[in-house]
Amino acid sequence: MIAEIGFGSLFISLIISVYGVIAAIYGERNHQRKWVFSAKQAMRLVFPLLTLSIGSLIFLILNNNFEVVYVASVSSINMPVYLKITAIWGGQAGSMLFWSWLLAGFGFIVTFRKWDRDQDFLPWVIAICLGTIAFFVVLNTFFENPFVRYWQVNQEIVQSFVHPPGGIQVAPRNGGGLNPLLRHPGMIIHPPMQYLGFVAFIVPYAFAMASLITGRSDDRWIQLSRPWAIWAWLFLSLGLILGARWAYDVLGWGGYWGWDPVENSALMPWLSGTAFLHAVLIQEKRNMFKQWPIVLIIVTYNLVIFGTFLTRSGLLSSVHSFARSSIGPIFLAFIALTFIASFWLLSSRWEKFKSRQVLTSFFSKEALILITIILFLGMLVTTFWGVIFPNISELVTGQKVTVGPPFYERVAGPILGGVLVIMVICPLAVWSFVSFKHLGKLLWKPFIVSLLGVLLPIYGGLTKVPAVIAFWLVAFVLAVNGFEFIRRTRLRRRSQSESLFQTISGVFQRNKRSYSAMIIHVGMVFMALGIIGIEFFQTETQGTIAEGQELQLASYTMEYEQLDIFNTSDDRNVARAVILVKKDGQVIDEIYPRRDFYYDSNQQVTIPGVRSTLVDDFYTILVDWKAVTSEGATFKVYHNPLVKWLWIGAWTIILGVVVTSLPDNRSTRAGSRTRGRDGHRN
Amino acid sequence: MNDLHPIDAEPRKGKPLKFIIGGLVIVAAIVYLIVSSLQANVQYFLTVDEVLEKQQAGELSGRNIRLSGAVVGDTIQYDMDTLELSFTIVHVPGDLEMVEEEGGLAAALHNAVIDPARSRLEVVYYGARPDLLQDEAQAILTGELLANGIFKADELLLKCPTKYEGSVPDQIES
Repeated sequence: MIAEIGFGSLFISLIISVYGVIAAIYGERNHQRKWVFSAKQAMRLVFPLLTLSIGSLIFLILNNNFEVVYVASVSSINMPVYLKITAIWGGQAGSMLFWSWLLAGFGFIVTFRKWDRDQDFLPWVIAICLGTIAFFVVLNTFFENPFVRYWQVNQEIVQSFVHPPGGIQVAPRNGGGLNPLLRHPGMIIHPPMQYLGFVAFIVPYAFAMASLITGRSDDRWIQLSRPWAIWAWLFLSLGLILGARWAYDVLGWGGYWGWDPVENSALMPWLSGTAFLHAVLIQEKRNMFKQWPIVLIIVTYNLVIFGTFLTRSGLLSSVHSFARSSIGPIFLAFIALTFIASFWLLSSRWEKFKSRQVLTSFFSKEALILITIILFLGMLVTTFWGVIFPNISELVTGQKVTVGPPFYERVAGPILGGVLVIMVICPLAVWSFVSFKHLGKLLWKPFIVSLLGVLLPIYGGLTKVPAVIAFWLVAFVLAVNGFEFIRRTRLRRRSQSESLFQTISGVFQRNKRSYSAMIIHVGMVFMALGIIGIEFFQTETQGTIAEGQELQLASYTMEYEQLDIFNTSDDRNVARAVILVKKDGQVIDEIYPRRDFYYDSNQQVTIPGVRSTLVDDFYTILVDWKAVTSEGATFKVYHNPLVKWLWIGAWTIILGVVVTSLPDNRSTRAGSRTRGRDGHRN
Repeated sequence: MNDLHPIDAEPRKGKPLKFIIGGLVIVAAIVYLIVSSLQANVQYFLTVDEVLEKQQAGELSGRNIRLSGAVVGDTIQYDMDTLELSFTIVHVPGDLEMVEEEGGLAAALHNAVIDPARSRLEVVYYGARPDLLQDEAQAILTGELLANGIFKADELLLKCPTKYEGSVPDQIES
C-alpha cells in the first residue's frame, strides 16, 4: 500500500512537471499570465508530491518492508534508525529519488521569491527547473524505480512494481544492510551536501537561460543567481571535503583523494562553479566579459548532469558506483540536448552580450581574475580529459588505457602554484588599472615576511624545491592578506575615533564581500598547506610486531600494547589494537586502529587509529594479526605532515561563506548594488 | 529592457593584442602540461588474455600496465611476516557488452572463476591485505609483468559487485 502511494505520487509529479513546462512556455508565447501562474503552481505542487514519495520510501525502510527490492538491498533489521534514513541515498534508485526531491525543493523555494521586476524571467525559470525535474523523475519512474517489489511466480522470484499475474508477494527475512563502508558519520552528511551543491547550481543556470531567451543582457540574472551559486559552491565544497575526510578516516589507505573518476566528476562542477563565481565578479564590478558567466554556468550545469551520469550509469569502476544500469544513453541524450541548445542560444545572443570595456593592465584585478578563471578551466579540462581519455582512446585505437593519479598531480601542482601566485597579487590589485610600481610598493613588506616563512622550514632540513616554492607562496599569500587587513584597519582608525574592536567589525561590515573573500582565500591557502604536506612529505612503513615491540616512523615510535577481539550488539566483530604513541621516549598518546567485520554483509572495514596535531598526523592501520594475538600483529603506518590544515582550511571557507551571507548592519553604508539579497528569500 | 552600462568612463587605452598573446601563453602552458603529463603517465588497461598475448609479442617489457581479472579465492596466500600476498586472477572479458551478456559483472566474475579453460595469471603484491580481497572479486591491478610470468602489482583495487546492490538475497520467504 505504502509503495503504491510512493510510486503514485512520483508518477503524478511527473505528469505535473511536464504540464508545468508546457503551460509556462505556452503562457509566455501567448502572453497569457494565467498559464504562467498555473505553471508556477505546478512547480509548487511537485515538491510536496515528491516529499510524499520519498516519505513513503523512508516509511518502508523504517518498517523493514523487505518485499521492496530497494529496502532489502540497502537496509537490515538491526540497523539503527539514523542509518536507515541514510540508506535512502545508499543505493541507485533511492539516491536518484532523493536528488529529484532536493531539486523540487529548490524549485519550490524559487517560486516564492518576489517576481515583480522579473516577470519576464519567470516562465523560463519554471520551464528549465521543471524540465530538469521531469528528466530525473522520468528516470525514477521508468528505469530506477525504488518501489519495485519481489514476487513469486511459478517458483521463480521476479522483480516488478505491478502485481504479476499469479504472483504472490514475497520478502526476504532480512535485508543485506547498508554497505558497511557507508556507515560513517561523514557518509550521513557527505551525499546530501554533494547533492545540494549539484542541485543548487541548476537555479543559476535557469536564470542564465531565462536571461538569454528574453535577451535581457544586464546583470540582473547574475544578481538573482549569485546567492544560489555561493550556497551551491559551499555545499559542493563541503561535499568534497567530507568525502575526502571519509576516505581518510574509513578507507584506510592513508590518503584523502585518489582521482577516482567519481571524485573527479564531483570536482569538475566545483572547478567550473568556482570559475563562474569569479567571472560574475568581473561582470558586476566592470561590466566586462559578460559571455563568460553564461558559458561557465552552462558548463557547470552540464557537468552536474554529467557527474550524475558517470556515478549512476555504472560506466566506471569506482567505490561510488552501485550497479550497472540502462540509464546511460538517456543521460547522454539529455546532456547533448541541453548543451547544444544552451550554446545555440548563447551564439544567437552573442553580440547582445558583448561588452565594450577592454582590459587595460595585466595587473588589474579583472585581468588577474581572468587568469584565475583560465587556470581553473585548465584544471577542469585536465580532469575531464583524464576521465574521458580511456573511452576516447578505446574508440580511436581500440586499446583500453587509463591515466592514474600521477597524471593529475603533475598538472595540478603547477596550476595550484599559479593560483597561489595570483592570490599573492590580487588582494593588492585594484579594478581597471594598476601599475607595477604601485604593486611593488605594497608587496615588499609581505615579501620579506614570506621569506621568513621559508627560511624556517629550510633551516629545519627541508630540501625539496617544489615544496620550498609552495611553502613560500603560502606564506606570501598569508602575509599579503595580513598586511592588507592591517593597512585598511589603520586607514580607518586614522579617520575615526573608536575602539579597535569597533574598527575591525566596521571594516568588515563596510566591505563584507571583500573580507569574506579574504577569509575564503585564506581557507584555500590552509588547504593548500595540507595538500603540500601530504603530497611532498608523506612517509610510510609497515611491519609485524609482537606485543611490547615497537615500530618507528619520522619522530614517532609506536608500541603494540595489545589486541582485543570482541562482538558488538549491532552484529559486528571488532578487532581493536591498543597502540602507545611515543616521542623522545615519552608516551604522548594512545590510539586504537581497528577492523570491524560486519556479519550481515560479510564485509570488513578498516578504521585507522590517528594522532592528529597541527604539525602532523600519525596514522596507523591494523592490517592483520596472528592466531595468538600477542605473538604478532601487522601494522601499516603513515606520517602525514600538516594534513590537519586541510580540514582547518575547509572550516575557514565555511566561515567565509557564512560571513558573506550575514544580514547587513543598518548603520553601515547601504548594501552595494550588486548584492542580490532577494534571491534566497522564501 | 535596456542595457545598463554603469561606470564606463576610462578611455580605451588597452592594446587587446597584448592580452590575447598573454592569454595564449597561459593556455599553451596548460596544454603543454596536459599533453606531456599524459604521455608520461598513460597506462594500458588490459585483460588477462591481452596481457598474455602482448607478452608473447614482447610488447610489455618494463611497461607499467593496468590489468583486471577475477580473483580465485583458493589461491589467496598471505604471509604476515613478509607481507607477501599472492593470488591468481582469471580472464574476464573487458568488453562491457560481453559482461552484460553473461548477466552482469557478478555473473561474469563467477563464470570466469569456475571455468578451468580460461587463461590465468599469478599475481604478487607486497603490503596490507585489502578488505575486499575474496573469491570472485574483481581485481584491478597496476604494476608490471615480470620476466618469470608473474605480475607484480604496486596497486590493488578490488570490487565485489555482490556487495553492492543487484543480488537477490539468499533466503526468501512468502
